[in-house]
Amino acid sequence: MATFEETRGGILRDALGIGLGTGAYALSFGALAVASGLSVLQTQALSVLMFTGASQFAMIGVLATGGGAVVAVATAALIGTRNSFYALHMSPLLGMRGWRRLPAAQLTIDESTGMALAHEEAGPRSTRLAFWATGLSIYVLWNLGTLIGAVGAGLLDDPAIYGLDAAAPAAFLALLWPRLGTWPMRLAAGSALVVAVIATPLLRPGIPVLVAGAVGVAVGLATGAGSSPDESGSTAATGDRSPEATP
Amino acid sequence: MIWATVLAGSAACYLLKIAGYVVPERWLEIPAVRRATALIPVALLAALVGIWTFTSQSEVTVDARILGLATAVVALLLRAPFLVVIVSAAVVTALARALGWLP
Repeated sequence: MATFEETRGGILRDALGIGLGTGAYALSFGALAVASGLSVLQTQALSVLMFTGASQFAMIGVLATGGGAVVAVATAALIGTRNSFYALHMSPLLGMRGWRRLPAAQLTIDESTGMALAHEEAGPRSTRLAFWATGLSIYVLWNLGTLIGAVGAGLLDDPAIYGLDAAAPAAFLALLWPRLGTWPMRLAAGSALVVAVIATPLLRPGIPVLVAGAVGVAVGLATGAGSSPDESGSTAATGDRSPEATP
Repeated sequence: MIWATVLAGSAACYLLKIAGYVVPERWLEIPAVRRATALIPVALLAALVGIWTFTSQSEVTVDARILGLATAVVALLLRAPFLVVIVSAAVVTALARALGWLP
């Protein structure tokens, strides 16, 4: 087993690397949010306050297609439920009480949890360092990337000319791609996609996302998603030990 | 209205994070809840992929974004980094429009 001193350098290097990777991805979030009609300040508020990438993308996705506030909030929150499980997992590992849980909660996302769990073997100090270093690195670089992307997109005239409207579905696809390792997950995703497209002309804006999401979850449960313990898709999403869950 | 949405959504997401640190563990350990939680992001993001690629103003449409999404699939199969996936999708879509292949 590696000691804390042996793992510290590697943890900090990895934390910075993951931060730079997600920072680059924040560029596209900032640009897409402004192209969707948010102001630079509103875009930045999402990265500062919401700070959970998939929910942020989902919120601007619903707003851009004309969905109402309630649907946008519900979609972002539903996607954010997996952070509750990450927090549940991190709570005993971080061993914190009182107000310190407030900043820890904000930094509890896919990457920080994945890094912490990947270093659990090396002991509690390494686990905590991995969590805080990754969380803080991403928080700073994610917000910096958002600002640059948002300001940059404001300088463009028509996003469609630059293909930015295709960047959003590409971003969503890249987000869910690592979770498509099993057939139940693929069937859930495929059915949700088809239902969303079919329902769009029939239902009020925003509603098709929720209907399709419910159908996708039902299809996934019916086909056995998450019932096998070694399923990479579900372990990544529920915060089980998974070094490959990131970023 | 956008501000209210941004702030309410942020509050909801933060409370969900806090919940894991304060609620009794047994609530979230129910197997059906865990399985559904793994599926929710996959289903909702896939729905958004469909709507953003194949619809426009509540109509089903076929345009250059489909080529962009196909490019993203190829890039993901080649294990390209996130930014390469997005930029290649945008570039192919913009090129298809510039060349007049698809609207």
